Parts: sequence; structure tokens; C-alpha cells
Amino acid sequence: MSRRLLAGAILAALLPTGAAWARQSAPADSALEARVREVAAGLRCPVCQGLSILDSPTELAQEMRAVVREQLAEGRTPAEVKEYFVSKYGEWILLEPTPEGLNLVVYLLPWLTVAAGAAVIAIGVRRWTRTGGEPDPTPPEAV
Amino acid sequence: MNWRGTLIALAVVLPLILLFRVGMHRDPRAIPSPLPGRPAPDFALRRMDADTAAGTLPTDTSLVRLEELRGRVVVLNFWASWCLACRDEHAALSAVAEAYRDRGVVFYGVLYNDTPESARRWIEEMGGQSYETLLDPGARTAIDYGLYGVPETFLIDRSGRVAAKQIGPVTEARLSARLDSLLAAAPAEATP
Amino acid sequence: MTHVLGYSASVLAFLLSVYGAVAAVAGVRLRRPEWVRSAEMAAYANLALMTLAALAMVYALVTHDFSVSYVAQVGSRSTPLFYTVISLWGALEGSILLWGWVLAGYTAAALYFTRERSGAMGAYALATMLGVGAFFYLLLAGPANPFGRVWPVPLDGPGPNPLLQNHPLMGVHPPLLYLGYVGMTVPFAFAVGALLSGRLDAGWLRMTRRWTVPAWTFLSLAIIAGMWWSYDVLGWGGYWAWDPVENASFMPWLTATAFLHSAMVQERRGMLKVWNLVLIVATFLLTILGTFLTRSGILSSVHAFTQGTIGYYFVAFIALVLFFSLALVAGSAGSLRQTGRLDAAVSRETVFLVNNLLLSAFALTVLLGTMYPLVAEALRGVKVSVGAPFFNQMTVPLCVALLFLMGVGPALPWRRADRDVLRRQFVPPFVAMLCVGAAAVALGVRGPYTVLAFAFAAFTLVANGREYVSGVRARMRSQGEGPATALIRLVASNRRRYGGYLAHIGVIALTVGIAASSSYRREYEATLGPGETMRAGKFELRFDRLWARNEPRRFAVGADVTVLDGGAEVGRLEPRLNFYGSDQPIATPAVRSRPDRDLYVNLMAFERDGSSATLRVLIEPLVFWIWIGGGIIGAGGLLAAWPRRRRTSRAAEDAPASAPVAAGQGVS
Repeated sequence: MSRRLLAGAILAALLPTGAAWARQSAPADSALEARVREVAAGLRCPVCQGLSILDSPTELAQEMRAVVREQLAEGRTPAEVKEYFVSKYGEWILLEPTPEGLNLVVYLLPWLTVAAGAAVIAIGVRRWTRTGGEPDPTPPEAV
Repeated sequence: MNWRGTLIALAVVLPLILLFRVGMHRDPRAIPSPLPGRPAPDFALRRMDADTAAGTLPTDTSLVRLEELRGRVVVLNFWASWCLACRDEHAALSAVAEAYRDRGVVFYGVLYNDTPESARRWIEEMGGQSYETLLDPGARTAIDYGLYGVPETFLIDRSGRVAAKQIGPVTEARLSARLDSLLAAAPAEATP
Repeated sequence: MTHVLGYSASVLAFLLSVYGAVAAVAGVRLRRPEWVRSAEMAAYANLALMTLAALAMVYALVTHDFSVSYVAQVGSRSTPLFYTVISLWGALEGSILLWGWVLAGYTAAALYFTRERSGAMGAYALATMLGVGAFFYLLLAGPANPFGRVWPVPLDGPGPNPLLQNHPLMGVHPPLLYLGYVGMTVPFAFAVGALLSGRLDAGWLRMTRRWTVPAWTFLSLAIIAGMWWSYDVLGWGGYWAWDPVENASFMPWLTATAFLHSAMVQERRGMLKVWNLVLIVATFLLTILGTFLTRSGILSSVHAFTQGTIGYYFVAFIALVLFFSLALVAGSAGSLRQTGRLDAAVSRETVFLVNNLLLSAFALTVLLGTMYPLVAEALRGVKVSVGAPFFNQMTVPLCVALLFLMGVGPALPWRRADRDVLRRQFVPPFVAMLCVGAAAVALGVRGPYTVLAFAFAAFTLVANGREYVSGVRARMRSQGEGPATALIRLVASNRRRYGGYLAHIGVIALTVGIAASSSYRREYEATLGPGETMRAGKFELRFDRLWARNEPRRFAVGADVTVLDGGAEVGRLEPRLNFYGSDQPIATPAVRSRPDRDLYVNLMAFERDGSSATLRVLIEPLVFWIWIGGGIIGAGGLLAAWPRRRRTSRAAEDAPASAPVAAGQGVS
């Protein structure tokens, strides 16, 4: 298909879909909205690259936000709402891996590094500042 | 460079190579769906064109419910008129739907983020569709099925479980083969 | 013609690189200086060859020669000239070509500007650069050949990726990124040269530092330009999504920043030799890893090019480089015993140690988060995502701590600080910090990190600003100069130092912009008929009309929006949707940027008959200062990086270091 034809086909296809795109402003219940935002920020938009459904302007993300809002309004907890999406899309949908099992590595390793590095620096500084002390062979490698 | 350096280097390099090897043999965009093997999410969707229903259902209510389709193999194809890949698979879907109609397989299109008007125009432009399309306002059913984009096609077996999910356009050969194996797996139930 | 020219230039560059690398090493080992000389000639010839290849490609693109495979892939007759030229880096093969070209340029420049090239270190460094070059020219001659022949010749091509032809910044961001990325090869080469020649004295550090500063500056500017592009094009109102490719450019920046600071500790105190080598090697590896992640399609990302076999070349190359550099560093760690000493725990040296710890931990966090989906899939067989919530939670504390240290470092003297100095240096910044912190809380700023960010920004701004102010005052007093002259002479007297402080001030502006815009972003959405208005913060937006028009390479639908502030018209915005022959329209937001706040308007949807449009409006405070901060960082980097005039430079630079060891002494 040539580019021009293709463009024509797309215009024919896209332009009349305005009705499907039109949306209303978000409802005003701000306490609910705050919770919606919190949950939505942690869910990955399936048609985007790494954006949350809170940030993504795409239509599917808006619809998923509506689902979040609906379920929260029905009284489900944020954890239950997330669980619903995980059951449909898999763990992939969570932008933050659940802190359990192997996933703990990404949460703990950076802080362990900082702690270990801080210890090395503390010991090193004490040794290096000791008056008349011998040069210390330990390189202060943090990582 | 000495043996100590070499050992340290190897200890770092080898796992990394292994990791990349695994990584290179997978598609980062292919996200496995948790749905296959589980009961298909229920839905009750309005027909886009109640009057053109080609006798695929004994009742003429305007709602199609998944639970009423138990005992048959269901092919659910999510599509939209703005989706280019849907054009590629349209002929294959229509042909397979036609071929398997009398063997207990029912096809439904589910319109995804699109209007009935443009969907009808699209069908007309593509030379018709041999099965019905259902409307899914707010994409609730699409989200229930963990939809990433269109086209996506779900195969639901006779007991109402999701048997397979196809992301992207289907081909006639592959879809037929899948349906054949699904029909063969549970031959006991009579086709209506 | 173009095929032959471009392809043979790539092949020749590959052969010359291999020859040169071998000749340089053999020349040093067998004491044949003329062989090293011939390797240098090969490096200069490579620059000519790659320039030829790149120009041939630009020519093919501009003349729409669709018989060239790359042109057939990214070119189109309807693409405007500017976007045609910049599609040189719009897809994989072209970007490798650009990489090769820039590398050839850096190699030649490193040769030209380096005095020590006759020594063993220089020869090994040259061999390293040529070796890295050989890899990229091999890609050009093999799996990423942009000069393939297409037959039959297509009449037209698909044009570049719509996202890449939507904004002029795409003409700036990739070249800057390559200048930054590829520039890290030079410090790496000097580090390898120093390790191989055993000359780990002040000489290599000076070379390495001198070449790291410009590369770091380019990389900083590239990251900011990438953020700006993301903000202006992607339509979600953010500038940083912790996307793998963004992370890939950020990780080497973190390690290079750590190096720029720890290098000073080695210069002053002779400490951290191994650590500095590790940082330089890590920086280079992270640039290659970043390229691999984006070129191989191993991680999905907005910016990733999808590709097949080229990934295997990269894995092999990364493994090779990692193996050799680790083996080299680990092998010589024993001979690099710590010789330095600290005078006191409270000193600038200690602050740099902590700063290095935090920056390295930062880089490690980003690396872990970026690679973890791969690890999880390999070990658990499950696809997981690691996105913004994770990265923000982990890195915001690090950012805040670093922001504070950025003020502590300049305020503390080297060696030791007595009580009076401490009081003089720290009271004003602390007062500023407490005032701003209290004011922020009083004005209703909540969230501990946001308050801390503002308070520490004030602290650091005063601490760094004072360095300028007190320096200028001292000159005015002692030399009797006017303030402007004093400032210019002060900066000229130590451009590296004052460039560094300037870069700090840029980072402060950037951090304040990020803290404010991410904490106080407000979102409004409404579907409006013509003439209807919606409220967004203090603004009122009136939707006037919808328009649609054909443009050379696209079809666009836009909304005319009038911005009202207190009833008075303050501006017009034109958010639009561009349709490029793909099934997803690209929303182009309209942004009204002011120092206090940005008004960011997206057209989300419309009725075909123009009876309504759905607008999504974001109000983001202080975003403006992110770009200003980026500019200041760039200016600071340039100030520090600009080559000194030859006449004065040598004496001035060599003065603090002990006399360089005789060249060639350390040949192993």
C-alpha cells in the first residue's frame, strides 16, 4: 500500500472515532482520586513503554484507570485491585517488583552496598588519619 | 594480568554471558499471559448488529454471554478499524470462521476502542465479515482478558477455559491447526 | 558508487584499525617507534575514511538514492531536508556509522593533543582506541552495513520513525549522546595504556581527567536534551521515565561524575588509584552496555532499535573488554598499594569519599533495576517490570544526600579544617538552609524529601556561590580590579575549579525544577465545545476551534486554544495530533513555559466535525529551571574542559604534579 493510500485509510478510519475518544473530566471525589492515583502510579501501561497508567495519556491507560476507580469505589483494597490486574496481565503489570524472594535483591543490595562502603570509608579514614601510621594497603573500594 | 585477575574476571564475565544468552533468545515484547489454562473471564456484550446475526445463536437477544456458549469452542478476536494488522488477518479469520461454523466453533469479534459506524464501514470496505462483532464500551472486557493491543485472539475450549492466546494477526493454517487440536481433544460432546 | 565508496571505507577502516592496534603494541614491545608512528597514521587515515563514509551516506540520503539499503529503510521523498539529514542516526546502521565516525575523530584528536604519545602508555592507549574502533568498523562491514545494495530500487521509502521526525531536538540529542558516549573511550584507553605500561603516575590521571571532562559535558547535555525531547514530544508531561535507554545514558554519567571527584583526591593525596581505574573502566563498559541494550533489542524501550544478530557481536565485545579490563585491574591491584594519607577526618577528601560511595551506589541501583527483568526471567522464568516507583523510592534519598554533599564539599578545605574556617564557611549556608526549609514548610510544602531538596538546594547554592563571591572580593581588594574583571580573572585562574562550582549550581537548578514539578504537578481534563472554557490552576483555557491540514509528510489535527489569566488573554496554544502513516497518532503537546510554571496542553481526542475536543492540561511548576540548569551544567563543563592555550598550559598544568617519570620507563 502506498503511503498516500495508507494515510487516506487511516484518516477514514480514525477521524470518525471521535465519539469513542471523548471522555468526561475526572470525578471530583478527591479522597478516592488520591487513592486511584496511588494505585495507577504502580501499574504499567500495556501499550506504552514503561509508563504507568497514571502518566500515560493513551486510551487504554485511561480505561484501566477507570477500572481502578470503579473497583476502589466498590470497596476493594488497593492490594486487591493490583491483584486483579496481576491475574490478567501477570506480574509484569506491576511497575515495582513485589519485595519478596529473589526480588529482594534489587531492594536490599543497594543499601547493603552503601552500608558496607560507609564502613570501609569509616575504617579507612580512621586508619589514614592516624598520626605516623603506616600507609594502608586497603583500597577504599565501595563496590 | 595474573591468575588472580583472570579468575576474578572470569567469575564476573561468565555469568554475564549466560545472562545475555538467555536474554537474546527471548522477545522483550512478548509478555506471557496468565490466562491460558484458566477459566475464561465471563462477559455479556451487546451485538454490534443484532439484525444481521447470521443464526449463530439459537436466541435472538442482543446480549452475548460467554456462559451460554459452553460446549462450543469460542474464538474471540479483539479488533479495531484503526488497527492496521487487523487488515492482514481479516481474510484468514473470515475464512476459518466459515469453515468451522458447522463443527461447533463460534467466532466473535470484539470491537476495541472504536465506534460501530467506523467498524461497519471497515467491514464493508473489507468485503464483509463472516461472524458477528460485539461492542465493549470502556474496554472492560478487553482489560478482563489482559489485552495489550489489537489484534489479539483468544481460543476458549468447550469447558470455558482459555486454551490459547495469539498476539498479533492470525494465519489461516495456524488457527485451523489449533482449532483442530481443540476439537480433537474433546470429541465426546456433540456439536449442535 | 556510494555503495562502493562507503563500504570500502568501512572495510578499510576495519583493516587499518586491526593493523594499527597490532603495530602499536608490537612497536612498543619490540622497540620499533616507526611501527607506532605507522599506527598513528592509520588512526588519522581512519578519520578521513569514516568522514568519507559518513558524507557518502548523507549524500545518498539527501539525493534519495534508494538503492542504498539504509536510505531505503529510513528515507522518504516527502521528508524535509533537515529530518532527512538527521535520519543518519535514526536507525541502527546509521547510528553505528555515526559512532564509528565520532570514534575516529576522538582517536585522531587524542593523538593530536597528546604530548606523551611517544611513550608506552600512549602507544597502548592508541592500540586500545583502534581496537575499539575495529569492533565498530567490523559491525559496519558486517551485520550493520548501511551501504547494502537494494534491487530493484524502490521509488520511495517509508521515512524515518515518526517519533524521530517530530522534533528538532532529535538533531541535537543523538550527536551529543554519541560525543559523550564515545568520548569515554579515550579515558578508558589511557587507563588501559597506563595499566599495560605500568605507568600509573600522575601522567595517566591527567590525560584521563582531561578527556573525561569534555565527554562528561557532552553526556550531561545529551541527557538534558533527551529529557527535553521526551517532555516536548511524548505527551505525558514528564521528562524522565526510567526507561532502560535513559538509564543506559545515566549510568556512565554517574560513574564519570564520581571519577571527576575522586581523581582530585588522587591528584592531591595520591590515594584511590585502583578505585579511579575501576571507575574509568566501569564508565566505558557502561557506555558499551548501554549501546548493547539499545541496539540488540534485549530490553524493550521507546528508543530501542529492533535488531537481530548484532547483539551477539556486542555480547562478545562486552565479554572481551570486561574480561581484559577486570583481569588487568585486579591483576595490578597489588602493585598499586595505597600510599596516601589523610590529615583529618573532617576534610574535603572525606566528602569526596562519601560522594563516590553514593554515586557508585546510585549507579549500582540503576544498573540493578535496569538489568533485573533479565535476571528475573533467567532465574525465575517470570517477566517483571522495574519502573519509576522502584527507582524513585530507591534513588530520591541518594539524590537528596548528594545535593547536600555538593555544598559541603566546596565549603570544606582540603586536608583539615579548623574551627574558625568551619564557622566562617558553614554558618551562611546553614542559615540559608534553615530559612528556606522553614519557608517551604510555612508555605505548605509537605513530603520530607521535597522540603529537604529545597533546603539543601539553598545550602548548596550559598556554599558554591560564596566561592565565587569571596574569590571576587579578594581579588578586588588585593588587585584593585572591578567586579567584572575580578570575576573573569578569578575564573580564568582556575577554570576547572570554577567550572565545577558552576556545574554544581546547574545541578541545583535542575534538582529544584525536578523536585517542584514532580511534587506539584496538577492535572485537568475536559471535553469542550468551541468557545467553552475549562479551568486549570490559575489559568482558564478556551477551546476556539479545531483544524485539520495536510502537511508534507503527515496529516495533522489541532486545536486552537486561548489561555486566559484572570480574564486577560495571555497566549495561544496549538496542541495537535500528527498522523504519520502508522496506526498510532502522535500527540504533540503545546507548552507555555515560564519561569514560575509550565502550562502543558495535550489534544487527547476530537469530534470529526469539530464540535468538541478533549484537552488534558498539566500545570507543572519550575520545569523551566531544569533546562536552565542543564545549560548551566553545560557551561560549567565547557569552562572546565576548554583546552588551555598551549603557551601557558603546560607549565600551569604540570606545576602541581611531581615531575613526570621519564617516558617509556615503565614498559613491562
